[in-house]
Amino acid sequence: MSEITMRVWRGDANGGDFESYTTERSDGEVILDVIHRIQATEAPDLACRWNCKAGKCGSCAVEVNGKPRLMCMTRIDTLPEGPVTLTPMKTFPIIRDLVTDVSFNYVQAKKVPALLPPPMPAEGYRMFQEDVERSQEFRKCIECFMCQDVCHVIRDHEENKENYAGPRFFIRHAELEMHPLDTNDRRDFVREEAGLGMCNITKCCTEVCPEHIKITDNAIIPLKERVVDAHYDPVAWLGRKILRKTKTSATDAAVQPAP
Amino acid sequence: MTAVHESKVQLGGVRGGPDVATLRQDRWWIQPVVTVSILTAFIIYSTWAAFQNKNYYVGAQMHRDLISPFYSPCLANSCGAAKFGAFSFGNWALSPALLILIFPLGFRLTCYYYRRSYYRAFWWAPPACDVGDAHNSYSGETRFPLIMQNMHRYFFYAGLVFNALLTYDAIRAFNQPGIGFGVTVGTLVLIVNATLLWGYSLSCHACRHLCGGQVKSFKAHPIRYRFWKIVTPLNAKHMNFAWASLLFVAFTDVYVRLVASGAWTDFRLF
Repeated sequence: MSEITMRVWRGDANGGDFESYTTERSDGEVILDVIHRIQATEAPDLACRWNCKAGKCGSCAVEVNGKPRLMCMTRIDTLPEGPVTLTPMKTFPIIRDLVTDVSFNYVQAKKVPALLPPPMPAEGYRMFQEDVERSQEFRKCIECFMCQDVCHVIRDHEENKENYAGPRFFIRHAELEMHPLDTNDRRDFVREEAGLGMCNITKCCTEVCPEHIKITDNAIIPLKERVVDAHYDPVAWLGRKILRKTKTSATDAAVQPAP
Repeated sequence: MTAVHESKVQLGGVRGGPDVATLRQDRWWIQPVVTVSILTAFIIYSTWAAFQNKNYYVGAQMHRDLISPFYSPCLANSCGAAKFGAFSFGNWALSPALLILIFPLGFRLTCYYYRRSYYRAFWWAPPACDVGDAHNSYSGETRFPLIMQNMHRYFFYAGLVFNALLTYDAIRAFNQPGIGFGVTVGTLVLIVNATLLWGYSLSCHACRHLCGGQVKSFKAHPIRYRFWKIVTPLNAKHMNFAWASLLFVAFTDVYVRLVASGAWTDFRLF
């Protein structure tokens, strides 16, 4: 059994600093195992958030050597030799030690207009497999908010938080926008309220997603292209006029309120 | 527009961790350095090549029909034997390459993959994931000029026209004036170049959207769904096509230029 040194950020809104802990490590251990050992032996007041230990609850997201990772899924033996640096997610306000206040995300979640299906036909709603598969990828999100943490639009520019939903909610918007039963036209909303144009597709959200959701390619860029359909494509505008497809005009179809 | 909930985001909370640009310990700077190096080299070379206005066509005197992709379609009267079609820009005095390069350049400049690359490498917004943005304020692609990135699909349409023209050039390269049908290294170079450019265009995100991505229900649009299913795996390789086609189009110009200047012989395979 060898040893490992963890440099852990200790502090709260009043300030903080790194504190080093050297402890034993075993083969196959993940960072959360070592943190629990530190709590059990050296620092019982060390605050961290965790729950499932299986990479499915998204609770234990922190920054490991400067990159967002789930502590329960990051094996020690995959990290470079030397001390491991642990800091709270930078984008969100600190509560204590490794625990951050992620309520920004819940505010953004409330802003997402709900699914608005058409009146129920006599035979009931029907969904087909090819349409289900399309949005299934987005349903894998475990809401660890590491994509939100890594997104430089809010990570480096706090002022953008008011008008920017972030990658996690772009996949939610995409899921609903691509839903065959949703009658809401969300293109104006994602452009004006959710700040889709702020994203400059640097793909950091895709790189960090523990569920390997292709956030940029399958959600953000398709949403951007739909906004182009509605606002920047005169050929599409002409086609709508000729075919009298007023529903697909974002300016004509407002997002409806949630029930 | 009706917002659902008027919840307010509270700004200005104290963040944890040290106030440094990054805590990353790996060599995150390698990718931007490589991107800057390759793109800068390409820009310098293509600018030089576009202004050369010579050695872009290998014609009948060498029993070949090879034209550089930087100069195709050649639309100025100065093109001589390389002239494409009946339309002409008449007394255009500058290099004929300057008439057309705006389209492939615009296609790459507005491409989603290249945007990712040059925003990181040149603009440092951000230079790499989890590395501090180099700018104090940020408005993304919401204002002029970056809002023009939304014109990507028009450059995509233009790119398709250029692909068709370069494919035509590649087919013409099978004809060796004074000899007949045959295959030379130059023929293969032009074919590979056209193939990579088709791969780059068809793997484009705008193409994927126009093929079927924009529909609400795949079930209701089975043919578009089929197209979308074909293009989607190509889209996953868009980065590979972007770099391969960029490098090969420059190589194709170099090859034609060397043959046209007499510095290299275009070997006949059969």
